[in-house]
Amino acid sequence: MTTFDTTLTSADLKSDISRLFLKKRLMNFALPAAVLAYLAYVFVIFDMPGLWERASLDNATTLVSDSYSYKTHVTRDNRSGEVSVAIEGERKGAYPDGMSPDWVALGETTVIDLEAGHKVTFGPETIAYEIPGYGTVRATPSRSAGVQAELPAGDVPEWISVSKNRLAVTTEAGRLTVTRNRAEVFRYFAGWELFFFTLDSPYYGMGAGELVQRAATGEAGAIFQEFWTNKMWRHQDVAWAIAETLLMAFLGSIGAGIIALPLAFLATRNFMPLRSVRFAMRRVFDFVRGVDSLIWTVVLARAFGPGPLTGALAILVTDTGTFGKIFSEALENVDQKQIEGVASTGAKPVQRYRFGVIPQITPVLLSQLLYFLESNTRSATIIGAITGGGIGLLLTQAIITQKDWEEVAYYITLIILMVMLMDWFSGWLRRRLIKGEGGKAKRKPRKPEEGGAFLLP
Amino acid sequence: MADLTAARPGIEDIRQHYTAHTQRKRLYGGILLAVFVALMVSGFRTADARNAGSFADGFTRIFDYPAEVLAEAAEKAAQLPGHVVHFFPALVETLNIAAASTLVGAVFGTLLSLLATRGMAPWPALIPLFRRISDVCRAIPEIVIALVLIFVLGGGPVPAMIAIAIHTAGALGKLFSEVNENASLKPVEGLTSVGATWAQRMTLGVIPQVGPNYVSYALLRFEINIRASAILGFVGAGGIGYELKNAMSWGQGRYDEAAAIFLLLFVTIVAVDQLSGLLRDRLTHGAKA
Repeated sequence: MTTFDTTLTSADLKSDISRLFLKKRLMNFALPAAVLAYLAYVFVIFDMPGLWERASLDNATTLVSDSYSYKTHVTRDNRSGEVSVAIEGERKGAYPDGMSPDWVALGETTVIDLEAGHKVTFGPETIAYEIPGYGTVRATPSRSAGVQAELPAGDVPEWISVSKNRLAVTTEAGRLTVTRNRAEVFRYFAGWELFFFTLDSPYYGMGAGELVQRAATGEAGAIFQEFWTNKMWRHQDVAWAIAETLLMAFLGSIGAGIIALPLAFLATRNFMPLRSVRFAMRRVFDFVRGVDSLIWTVVLARAFGPGPLTGALAILVTDTGTFGKIFSEALENVDQKQIEGVASTGAKPVQRYRFGVIPQITPVLLSQLLYFLESNTRSATIIGAITGGGIGLLLTQAIITQKDWEEVAYYITLIILMVMLMDWFSGWLRRRLIKGEGGKAKRKPRKPEEGGAFLLP
Repeated sequence: MADLTAARPGIEDIRQHYTAHTQRKRLYGGILLAVFVALMVSGFRTADARNAGSFADGFTRIFDYPAEVLAEAAEKAAQLPGHVVHFFPALVETLNIAAASTLVGAVFGTLLSLLATRGMAPWPALIPLFRRISDVCRAIPEIVIALVLIFVLGGGPVPAMIAIAIHTAGALGKLFSEVNENASLKPVEGLTSVGATWAQRMTLGVIPQVGPNYVSYALLRFEINIRASAILGFVGAGGIGYELKNAMSWGQGRYDEAAAIFLLLFVTIVAVDQLSGLLRDRLTHGAKA
């Protein structure tokens, strides 16, 4: 198209070029237009406009605020008059009897200081909330008459909801709910509470300096034990889960490599003279690869039940197909001269493979193995969520409860760190093992006249 | 170390050195192999111990489930075409999730890669920042974002699409920036000299050079994303994975539906694999005349 014939008149040339330009211009607009049209189609078919109605902003707020803050519940049982304090209202985070944070003064009349002038009093009969700039809200719960609320004069503001059996006050300092059976105050704090030690631990509330001091005097084991068996954050289980996930990735990738290597020989033109075997082996690889890891996971989970072994086997089976394909391609490209050289010294077939073939494909083999090890750490998280094993399982469990978002945030951080660490580690190992190769073949820069432009000619 | 000042080493010395060297090498190799085998064995035993069912028990039952499914599918072979037609829209949804997320991911990946390549970045000081952003995007497994978004946005294809797009942007950002490093900067300099803006320099100077490689990587990503979107469907994001989960939870008697879904998924993955393989081959090696 771009070669010009000197016999052409300028008018012909011009029309030729105009046609070329028109074509290129059309392509330039047609491609982005096609992409845009497709995205518009997706926009409609995924019902994006309806998304805002379905989206729950309340959920989003809970999620975000809960992931970096926690609340402490102060609860009064209106029948017995007993007051209990618990972090997140969970039994695991409950303060032992008689113990309370310093902003709660227990007694006949319990006074809860919510700071900034907000103060809640649990009296023997009446519950009062002093709100600066508004006044005092009083509520008297009784079994017969429900909750009798007394508000300051004027309209009821929208952050207070009153009904016959319930009073709820939500302010910036906290939240008070009074029902017939109980009164409850929430106070919010930033941070992840009880991350190191739970309330029943003797080390709760100690500073880092004191802990180091105690560790130095022989309590290191006990301190670690308290941390390790923390009931709220379950550090031991989390560490096991991470180990399980890494184990799945390791066993799966390496096992797949070990199985795929000998099989790959059967699928190559230069090592397998029998065409039928070669063909069959390649189809086996294609089949194993084509049956998605999801299907393998489902099938294997039926046989082995949930756990890390199932995940490892699912990764192993899927990757055997991929490795078989990659390795057999690498094997087809080996240099015959080296094998002949080894053979000329009288080497037996096994030695020929060991010293003539394997050293040639080691770089491809190792770099692929390490690359898959890294990407399988991610897959192992996903497979774990489906089969039930490793950190994927903990994550899905924490999400299903829909309230432990601080744990979800913790797990997500751990997962990201784990994958990035594996990425860094496999890259480091690859560079160490394959000196000079760098693991990736550098492409030559494309010369403009060679390949021709594609997207924007 | 051979002593160079001494007389030339005799053949015996050389032989000794050589044997010692090979022995040492063999010893190290042996130790490494032993450690590796020990790791594999102990890893396997740990995994086996922490699994619900043991390997020895499960191994004999691997083919029980596929056999049941196949037997039932064969029994109700007449209904299979009907099921295939019935589940086809779900398959299209899965493909749409994959395609849309690949497109969106490729756009953001392109931006990230251009912002993170030396010589092309408009703010060279921020190159490490954009690299870390794409690292983090790449490190997050899709399922994490998908599950969180399903809680906020409700089930459906959109959470899956966003989740896969974020991961794709990170992964493609890294691959694209490797492609960018090999691109010639001369067109960019030429465009700078005539006063082109950054966007013009990139669209006219860089993208035409790297376009074919970009498309080839994006196609590869599309294959991966089909699998990912099927998996995300399984945890509630719609598409064929969701149907598979339902069909499976019906249990025996409805295995023919599961078989139809397996078949659809398998055929789709193989077909897309072959097609994109062909296309990528043409893109990287040029069209065969």
